[in-house]
Amino acid sequence: MIPALVVFAYLGVVLYIGIFAFRRPSGPDGAEGYFLANRSLGQYVFLLSLFGTNMTAFTILGSAGHAFANGIVTYGLMGSSSAFLIPVMLYVFGTRVWSLGKRHGFLTPVQMYRDRWECGHIGTVIFTMQATLLVPYIVIAVMGGGTTLNAVSDGIVPYWFGGLIVALVVMSYVFFGGMRGTAWVNTFQTVLFLTFGAAAVIFISVSIGGFPQAMERLLDSPETASLLTRERVPPKFFFSYMLIPLSTIMFPHISIFCLTARKMGQFKKTIVFYPLAILAIWLPCTFLGVAANAMHDVPGIDAKLEARATLAAERDALPAEEIAELQRTAAGDDVIILMLEHYAPLWLAGLLGAGIMAAVMASDSQILALSTMFTEDVFAFYGGGNRFGPQVQVQTGRLFVVLIALVAFVIALRAPPGIFGIAVQYAFSGFTTLLPLLVSALFWKGSTKWGALAVVVWTAATVTGIAVLQAIVPAPPPGTVVPIWTAGGVDIITRTPGGTDVWGYMPVLPMLIGSTLLMIAVSWMTPKPRAATLARYFSH
Amino acid sequence: MTGWVLAVAVAALYLLHQDIWFWDRARPLVLGFLPVGLFYHTVYSLAVAALMWALIRFAWPAHLEREAESGDTLAPPEHDS
Repeated sequence: MIPALVVFAYLGVVLYIGIFAFRRPSGPDGAEGYFLANRSLGQYVFLLSLFGTNMTAFTILGSAGHAFANGIVTYGLMGSSSAFLIPVMLYVFGTRVWSLGKRHGFLTPVQMYRDRWECGHIGTVIFTMQATLLVPYIVIAVMGGGTTLNAVSDGIVPYWFGGLIVALVVMSYVFFGGMRGTAWVNTFQTVLFLTFGAAAVIFISVSIGGFPQAMERLLDSPETASLLTRERVPPKFFFSYMLIPLSTIMFPHISIFCLTARKMGQFKKTIVFYPLAILAIWLPCTFLGVAANAMHDVPGIDAKLEARATLAAERDALPAEEIAELQRTAAGDDVIILMLEHYAPLWLAGLLGAGIMAAVMASDSQILALSTMFTEDVFAFYGGGNRFGPQVQVQTGRLFVVLIALVAFVIALRAPPGIFGIAVQYAFSGFTTLLPLLVSALFWKGSTKWGALAVVVWTAATVTGIAVLQAIVPAPPPGTVVPIWTAGGVDIITRTPGGTDVWGYMPVLPMLIGSTLLMIAVSWMTPKPRAATLARYFSH
Repeated sequence: MTGWVLAVAVAALYLLHQDIWFWDRARPLVLGFLPVGLFYHTVYSLAVAALMWALIRFAWPAHLEREAESGDTLAPPEHDS
């Protein structure tokens, strides 16, 4: 219970920072102050907060859980690929978004698209698509909060109550603190996690008698030796997964965050240190997730390993309910928490639980981004801004913060387990498919609003198609696939245990190719924006 | 010229992420505990940081900052679609 109390104390500190600690009197522009911190964040807050924004339940709990089941491949899949692509995108796109935002006064990406392509309602369609894809990402944070509080309190705090607490705390400081409060909370959380995360690795290493012995034990067993290689994931899947981090800059909370820097120079440290920060977080999470397979002395982990072995040996003979129960037991989303509870002293386990909580609560930026988009792209665009003034705009944004948090909580109560899968299948693939919007808006004069609309419709259709397919065709047992469409003896579309494959690749590959081709083809056939508009974007 | 060299370096690093040569190998365990495939991606991440430093040192898009300071106002869209 002590770790749970430390986590609750931590939540109190976060509330204080988010609501009171860095409050400033609002400037003349209330909306810009609340939604973008008056474009005034300094370089260290910008770096730590941007990184903290990307440090979610998905990163900490999902990556360790994925590594627990799939091995070291997890780091290459999402760690090193993000370490490469996210800074590159901040360099190529983030700096340009910042420049255009500062120059033309944009508060959201949709404002830029509307101006760039001279459109109105198509911008609303883009908003709807982005908002729909962002909701699952917010939901996984609430789910992560429920999982974490449940685990650190030994089950005393039920999952639903943990999720509710996370939703309420985040809602409160986003409601009162806006972007400034959110940025400082993220900065605090990132520092906390980096500090206590390092302590966790050292403690666990010493407690299990050193990592070399654990690795040798895994290599000695035929069941676990492949966890130290990437045999469990095909190269085609690995290749297409490299496209997933392209989604980062299309997440509205990231592109909106790019607008908060005081100067463009603030991006420099972020671009250089981002890969190192990824390394500092993802490598230990992956490694500990893999090492957990050797920790039979941790009762919770041993139960998972037994459940996994039972599934592998007796799956065909078991009823569906028992299979589902065993799958829930075998899921690895809480292995790091279980390790901490077993190996670290109580006080440290509490602090580390707070550190994990810090990462889990990264939904604040997404909630604020959704609120910003609704207020600016819908409420203000359709006349609310002029009719009611900037102060009502801010109050509308706050009201929307409350609504988003409550909706996310309700969905989290009903969502199935498996943080990693939910995030990847819908949000990440969808945002990657939308990437041609940003690329063509910034770099291709010939792009048009109709091309943009085609990209959004294609994204909606493909994401929905995958969701429907996976709802109709249940996931097959590990190690098997179900062919959905075969042509000439070749499996084109298959249902896999983890999702859907298209010719062995993740669906994100054909989705991105399709949206790119549609942007090119439709833009060629439709009228271009006026020369005066283009001149504002392409002065070189 | 510098820009092209850096662009090639970025493309090369993208390709180097697909290290199929260590796909089914766990040994050697670097430092006694790090499987070689994981060690490769650790070094890869460090190489990325070095490349990012080179990008901001030699190819920083400073003109974007000048453009941002030039000032402009948001023109309302004329089309309704």
